Amino acid sequence: MGMTITEKILARHSGRRTVGPGDNIWVDVDVLMTHDVCGPGTIEIFRKQFGEKARVWDAEKVVVIPDHYIFTADQYAHRNVDILRAFVKEQQLPYFYDVGTPKYKGVCHIALPEEGHTRPGEVLFGTDSHTCTAGAFGEFATGIGNTDAALILGIGKLWVKVPPTMRFVFEGPLPPYLMAKDLILNIIGDIGVDGGTYKAMEFAGDGVYSLSIEERMTLCNMVIEAGGKNGVIAADEKTAAFVRERTDKPFEVVTNDLDAKYESVRVYRSKEIEPVVAKPHSPDNRATVREVAGTKLDRAYIGSCTGGKLTDFRAAAKILRGRRVKVDTFIVPATNQVMQGLKVERLDGQTLEEVFLAAGARIAEGASCAACLGGPSDTFGRLNKSEACISTTNRNFPGRMGSKTASVYLASPYTVAASAVKGVITDPREFLA
Amino acid sequence: MEEIIKGKAYVLGENIDTDQIIPAKHLVYSLSDPEERKLYGQYALSGVPDTKAGLPQGNARFVEDGSDRAVYKIIVAGKNFGCGSSREHAPVCLNIAGVQAVVAPSYARIFYRNAVDGGFFVPFESLEDLSHTIRTGDEIEIRVKDERLTNLTTGKTHRLRPLGDVADILKAGDVFAYARKAGLIKAPTVSTGTSPESFQMSED
Repeated sequence: MGMTITEKILARHSGRRTVGPGDNIWVDVDVLMTHDVCGPGTIEIFRKQFGEKARVWDAEKVVVIPDHYIFTADQYAHRNVDILRAFVKEQQLPYFYDVGTPKYKGVCHIALPEEGHTRPGEVLFGTDSHTCTAGAFGEFATGIGNTDAALILGIGKLWVKVPPTMRFVFEGPLPPYLMAKDLILNIIGDIGVDGGTYKAMEFAGDGVYSLSIEERMTLCNMVIEAGGKNGVIAADEKTAAFVRERTDKPFEVVTNDLDAKYESVRVYRSKEIEPVVAKPHSPDNRATVREVAGTKLDRAYIGSCTGGKLTDFRAAAKILRGRRVKVDTFIVPATNQVMQGLKVERLDGQTLEEVFLAAGARIAEGASCAACLGGPSDTFGRLNKSEACISTTNRNFPGRMGSKTASVYLASPYTVAASAVKGVITDPREFLA
Repeated sequence: MEEIIKGKAYVLGENIDTDQIIPAKHLVYSLSDPEERKLYGQYALSGVPDTKAGLPQGNARFVEDGSDRAVYKIIVAGKNFGCGSSREHAPVCLNIAGVQAVVAPSYARIFYRNAVDGGFFVPFESLEDLSHTIRTGDEIEIRVKDERLTNLTTGKTHRLRPLGDVADILKAGDVFAYARKAGLIKAPTVSTGTSPESFQMSED
């Protein structure tokens, strides 16, 4: 019987010839990632369960990336990074991207691929729900809690229930005003915030393969907003080239069997899709930008693992170049590499950083998750009152970006930039015609 | 063996995400320091908008000011409970506040896994959405073996779905106990107390 990519990867990592949806299996883990919010709790459970002197199962397979609460005066937050430091030292973990050092990266889901930790065919678990982002590299990647992560630290294995696969096909390249964000918000709008619960969500079609690696990451990043267990895109030459540039570790590309069984298949024609937003307070509360055009805003936010990559800032700069924003606009690069990109990449002679500053936007002092998830009260861009914000981030449940009386609209970097210029929700086609 | 969970219900709507269960600014407290842990109980469900806190009336605080324990032992909610982030602080804060069971038609998978693997409480699936029929403050009794929930206040009884594959982990206590049984952890059992109030099936 044929298997999907997800089934095939899980079978290979459980020592079985085949697996099918619903099977409970123990899988071998290739990479475990943790960060400053969930690392300390994970370490605590690991020590309690395996002993004070226990060693992690394989130091080469553990990646520690502080990224959540970095640029804050909160002393608890600093203490948590100290706990990571002590553990890394004790366990001699080679992959630690410490705050305040040249190795500091920023948002873990973007840092992982930058440093070559995402590889086709592998199994990656992370103590963050957006670990599913790495499915864009043709691997099985999903988020877990502290307890599961502590178990992996000890034995390098975790139990998994094999998910059925939902397939989403995009036919035709994207029109110039659309981004991956519009595609995934459309899917979530169609299937709902629990439409993919326990399921693998696979993206395919020439529309998907025409996307850059960073745009593919946006698609996989938000499967969790539909409840998906993992998102996955079969690796192609673009993927392999990206990975080979960043790591010497061998990997094996896994593809779908021709007779693989999908639970469902949805086919979209890319050119028929319109720019969309997710209205407050749920990622599946979809409306076309045209339907909500003119909605008054208090601020705009461009950042996060979903919308803070170089591709996202390139898109925003295209619209902000030579224009001024009408509402407070916050720019938060996901990683230091992206931050560096803003300083060197140029658009019509200006660096992206110059474009944003000239437009009147504010740029964060450093790369981090920042206000995507609210964070401590002094977090850059945090919504501290009943403000309306349009954002390239991934969640808009009540209180997600700070105050539970704030309203968040999720949209593509094009739509966010266009809306920042007008001060009201605006269709990016007004600027990209 | 008869397993019974009994207590007052606290009722919530659909898609209660982890930011509503424990807002992100609180995720900085230590989970191991006995005093600091209590802050998680204090702020459990503090992100739920006031009008939706404790249905049907709303404006019912889950944990009173100055306390870290709720008077409610059972949460009854609509579909997709616990969606959003992977933060284990979410099931843990409910556990610290004294929750022993959650009853909802469906759960987000990471939250569900965390609740089961950490042994923090039992996440029961109801056949129908009970958040419309049970009221905050109603006295509830869950008979685990019978897969039945009785609203002692109204006398109505509702069926629950079988716990299925995860029953073995819940019965073992947590995923570590389960993995030890399966021979996957060679290290000797370390003194218990990962979570001081980890869920235990009561026998009577």
